[in-house]
Amino acid sequence: MAATDVDIFSNEEKRNLSLGGHVGFDSLPDQLVSKSVTQGFCFNILCVGETGIGKSTLMNTLFNTMFENEEASHYQNSVYLRPRTYDLQESNVHLKLTIVDTVGFGDQINKEDSYKPIVDYIDTQFENYLQEELKIKRSLFNYHDTRIHICLYFIAPTGHSLKSLDLVTMKKLDSKVNIIPIIAKADTISKSELHKFKIKIMSELVSNGVQIYQFPTDDEAVTEINSSMNAHLPFAVVGSVEEVKVGNKTVRARQYPWGVVQVENESHCDFVKLREMLIRVNMEDLREQTHARHYELYRRCKLEEMGFKDTDPDSQPFSLQETYEAKRKEFLGDLQRKEEEMRQMFVSKVKETEAELKEKEKELHDKFEQLKRMHQEEKRKVEEKRRDIEEEMNAFNRRKVAAETLSLSQPLKKDKDKKN
Amino acid sequence: MSTNIRFKNRFIKPEDSEDRQYVGFATLPNQVHRKSVKKGFDFTLMVAGESGLGKSTLVNSLFLTDLYKDRKLLNAEERISQTVEITKHTVDIEEKGVKLKLTIVDTPGFGDAVNNNECWKPITDYIDQQFEQYFRDESGLNRKNILDNRVHCCLYFIPPFGHGLRPIDVEFMKALHEKVNIIPLIAKADCLTPNEIKKLKDRVRDEIEKFGIKVYQFPECDSDEDEEFKQLDKELKECTPLAVIGSNTVVEARGQRVRGRVYPWGIVEVENQSHCDFVKLRSMLIRSHMHDLKDVTCDVHYENYRAQCIQDMTSKLTQDNRVDSPLPILPLPTPDAETERLIKMKDEELKRMQEMLEKMQQQIHEKEQ
Repeated sequence: MAATDVDIFSNEEKRNLSLGGHVGFDSLPDQLVSKSVTQGFCFNILCVGETGIGKSTLMNTLFNTMFENEEASHYQNSVYLRPRTYDLQESNVHLKLTIVDTVGFGDQINKEDSYKPIVDYIDTQFENYLQEELKIKRSLFNYHDTRIHICLYFIAPTGHSLKSLDLVTMKKLDSKVNIIPIIAKADTISKSELHKFKIKIMSELVSNGVQIYQFPTDDEAVTEINSSMNAHLPFAVVGSVEEVKVGNKTVRARQYPWGVVQVENESHCDFVKLREMLIRVNMEDLREQTHARHYELYRRCKLEEMGFKDTDPDSQPFSLQETYEAKRKEFLGDLQRKEEEMRQMFVSKVKETEAELKEKEKELHDKFEQLKRMHQEEKRKVEEKRRDIEEEMNAFNRRKVAAETLSLSQPLKKDKDKKN
Repeated sequence: MSTNIRFKNRFIKPEDSEDRQYVGFATLPNQVHRKSVKKGFDFTLMVAGESGLGKSTLVNSLFLTDLYKDRKLLNAEERISQTVEITKHTVDIEEKGVKLKLTIVDTPGFGDAVNNNECWKPITDYIDQQFEQYFRDESGLNRKNILDNRVHCCLYFIPPFGHGLRPIDVEFMKALHEKVNIIPLIAKADCLTPNEIKKLKDRVRDEIEKFGIKVYQFPECDSDEDEEFKQLDKELKECTPLAVIGSNTVVEARGQRVRGRVYPWGIVEVENQSHCDFVKLRSMLIRSHMHDLKDVTCDVHYENYRAQCIQDMTSKLTQDNRVDSPLPILPLPTPDAETERLIKMKDEELKRMQEMLEKMQQQIHEKEQ
């Protein structure tokens, strides 16, 4: 038995020991792998690009299957995202693939708000995960992770440079998601133009500080291939699901009157490189980056917004629990205070309105009184007048009667006189 | 290739001139031909569309010259809030004694900014300006040397990457279809297979009809034109919008030196009819319909503009008698005395009501104080 090395360090430092024989924990990676295979994998792709640029066709070509897709119209009023989830299986590996499409991107005349729905969607997925993480009873192991692992940004093959919309959108997205820019419909650019175009795009991205996803070069197994691929960004791809007979093979290609563009021919386009990088080599790394970098950044910003800190002024580590409780109390206190305030305001307002109403009532009352008095005055006057008129009438009647009797008695008198 | 398909040279035989029935005005076409060659022609072509669609390359290929030397292209960052400019390049070219003064009006910046609201306004303003200038010149006293800067034709480039017309395409064409002859083209057609080209053309034609856009229509052939011309015309009409590819670099293909683009999977020949419609565009634009485009501009678009202009001016004049007309115009027929009287009455009523309103306002104001 070999002597063990004993390092004379304090207890907190770990010691390197050499083993006397085969223990068997080198099967740990295998155990991990078999567990993840049984669990199944999940991968979420976001495709950002103008309508008709070839996003759906490229997805069909990449995964060698036909995802159902209707053609989008150019006349959407605003951008919206359309996520679709599919279950794929290859050998014994299950993949839950979610493809999110941006519908209507680049079609509006005013594109200033085009990036907002995309950023909102990405944030919502992060938020959902955060909520799940903060729950009391949580089940992260079978949570359907919808966070976007990779954003494929489709650049139109103008041959000059990026469009202004591309630059603005990528700047908004680079801190939230891994971006891989690709040149779509690359069969319209000749080789020399393509070279210049790629250089121009990369220089524009660098000069504007846009951080695109760099394939990792720290793992020796893949460092060589990854670093050579990094030099080929952005990938110029051509997608096709139609098969054409070339020589004695049937390959996926596009048939033109002047030739056949083969999708899987490396000298025709970079499709094979994209597939290698995206699916065969770096898929797991993309998921890790999303979780470790982008999600952590989001989480930190969100929690800081809510007022949490990692260390308090006495530089003692805060426990999240305590902070949470404190925050909650504060919040409740605030709430109560606000309620009180509102109640006070309400009461005072009510009083005011009451006072006003009372005043108005009084006014009305006064008016009423006044009117009543006037009315009575008028009535009195009218009464007086009536009496006057009655008196007159009576007087008149009396005179009439008097006159009548007089006239009656007059002929009598005459008669009397005559008789006499 | 004959420079003028329609005009056939009449060689006057000596016997004819002795024929008593022969008057001789059949030589008029000859005389017109001679005079026009002496005078020279001019043509103004406008190209519009987003940047990166191959407009400059196509113009260079059409006229086989290099109009766009030393062109500076903007970066994406600079284009975020770019406004549309109008640039003009004028060249004098000559072929078999016929001189052509060609002006290309370019619209850099169209559709490039993030917010493209009303980005076609500088273009419509430019076209109106040219019309206005011609209108003034035409109404002036000295009309000997009028410069015709009116835009005769606008080539609008539709990107082939989409499924049809986009909102900005529709808005642009609707803003311009009554001011200039619009010929829509599908740019960079080498990214579409023949099936896709056909689908896209049908789509674009349907959408043009649906939105009521009046693009340039080829005139109907006269029945006495030769068969070849009629056939060409028919094919042309069925092919719109034309799908074009441009290139000014000469490459070697099938043993010949042709203009084209080299790809690893083949060589696209610009002048091959089965590859793209460039030849049709060139023959239509230059060889057969150039003069018709000019005529439609003069007879239809310019006359519409002029009539509208005069109507606006006279309606303004009757309202305000102090302004003198800058241009001599015929007096419009005066409206009836009856309607005039009614109008006067209504005017006075309005004035009275306004005064009353003012008085009331004043009263209220005083009461408040």
